[in-house]
Amino acid sequence: MNLSRIFKTIFLVEFILGLYLAIKELFKKSKTINYPFEKGPISPRMRGEHALRRYPSGEERCIACKLCEAVCPAQAITIESTERADGSRKTTRYDIDMLKCIYCGLCQESCPVDAIVQGPNFEFATETREELYYNKEKLLENGDRWESVLAKNIKLDKPYR
Amino acid sequence: MLEYFEILGQEVYKVLFLLVPILVSVAMIVWLDRRVWGLVQKRRGPNVVGPFGLFQTLADALKYIFKEIIIPASANKVVFILAPIITMTLALVAWAVIPMSEDLVLSDINVGILYLFAVSSLGVYGIIMGGWASNSKYPFLGAIRSAAQMVSYEVSIGIIIINVLLCVGSLNLKDIVLAQKDLWYVIPLFPMFVVFFISALAETNRPPFDLPEAEAELVAGYQTEYSGMMYAMFWLGEYANILLMCAMGSILFLGGWLPIIDIYPLNLVPAPIWMILKILFLFFLFALIKAIVPRYRYDQLMRLGWKIFLPFSLIYLVLTASFLFYFDKLPKGNF
Repeated sequence: MNLSRIFKTIFLVEFILGLYLAIKELFKKSKTINYPFEKGPISPRMRGEHALRRYPSGEERCIACKLCEAVCPAQAITIESTERADGSRKTTRYDIDMLKCIYCGLCQESCPVDAIVQGPNFEFATETREELYYNKEKLLENGDRWESVLAKNIKLDKPYR
Repeated sequence: MLEYFEILGQEVYKVLFLLVPILVSVAMIVWLDRRVWGLVQKRRGPNVVGPFGLFQTLADALKYIFKEIIIPASANKVVFILAPIITMTLALVAWAVIPMSEDLVLSDINVGILYLFAVSSLGVYGIIMGGWASNSKYPFLGAIRSAAQMVSYEVSIGIIIINVLLCVGSLNLKDIVLAQKDLWYVIPLFPMFVVFFISALAETNRPPFDLPEAEAELVAGYQTEYSGMMYAMFWLGEYANILLMCAMGSILFLGGWLPIIDIYPLNLVPAPIWMILKILFLFFLFALIKAIVPRYRYDQLMRLGWKIFLPFSLIYLVLTASFLFYFDKLPKGNF
């Protein structure tokens, strides 16, 4: 041990510096927020809960091309489709197993018509597993509920794609 | 017979008048501890239950009350149940002699400091019993550590107390405070105050000396097998002990209930308020230190206790004694 270290040990120099630092930090604004009451900022690219969007006319965007089903690395998406009377191809079934989903965002990337998107909502915890097997109805409902935010986010993110 | 009950009733009333404020202040102090800890780390700390989260501890206590008490099958049941009771009782019993002002003391005994020291030494029994009776390796290791630690630091605390007693000439806590009317002992005995403070940290198993409950290696030390109300009692006892150590520090070194200087606006403040302020100041330091220091290694802890604090306080004791003798300042009491 050299002299300065002995001096520091005996007079608790670093300890006192630490106390000074602690008191200084004590009066600074805290970095955390009151989560359920306050919420932090969310990026427009947030990959949260899925939603199926509609055109302004009310027609579903999804054309049942099944690209999302193919690209999904977790194989969480199941799609069945038929041809409708007017000749367009539409889904009869669009299920996402939210428990399998890894929220990678590849479905959104692959979609040619911006039908399946991941919205900013991440607070969709449920009490049972069954509630997390989303079907087409639930996804469309999500889309209707979040449409304004989803459209805005897609527009904001456009220049970077 | 009736007379007997009357006296008993009065005593119970007096005891409750002491116990209830202590239990409430323990609850508040837990809140303060967590809050300061959080704020130093730039978190918010408990702030949801009640104003500023003040009732957090009450909510916690309520949770503990309604939780199941699990007694391990291989535990020694009697000792297992007795351990938290002993810890808490001993922590509360010591408060009987703490004077909050010149006449606000439950029992003004002549050997107050000795009683205080004895009772706080007994505190280790609760921990040892809890650790042994759990019949499990982590609680046992925690109990052994805490026994060794508390015994080692008790020695240096004892010698520090002798330092103060040399200057006072009385073991009565009231006399100790009144002897500091002109000069608080924190000034002439400042090194002893620092050593006392650090030993008090070790004595109450606070960081950086919280080895008995080092969560990284011993899960929760001697508390590992405890749950529900029994765990809460350990926890209450621990904080009551910390408060007790703060009270002891303020009586021995910071002039108890005496105001900072005996001048007009300061000596209007009631004596118990001064005492509480001093206890709070010491506790605030306890809480700050919890936030800034890493845990000591066990051999470092023992080295600090036996090879540094003990000789240092002994040397200081000799210095104090020779100083008092040379300048003829030894207290001349009625002994």
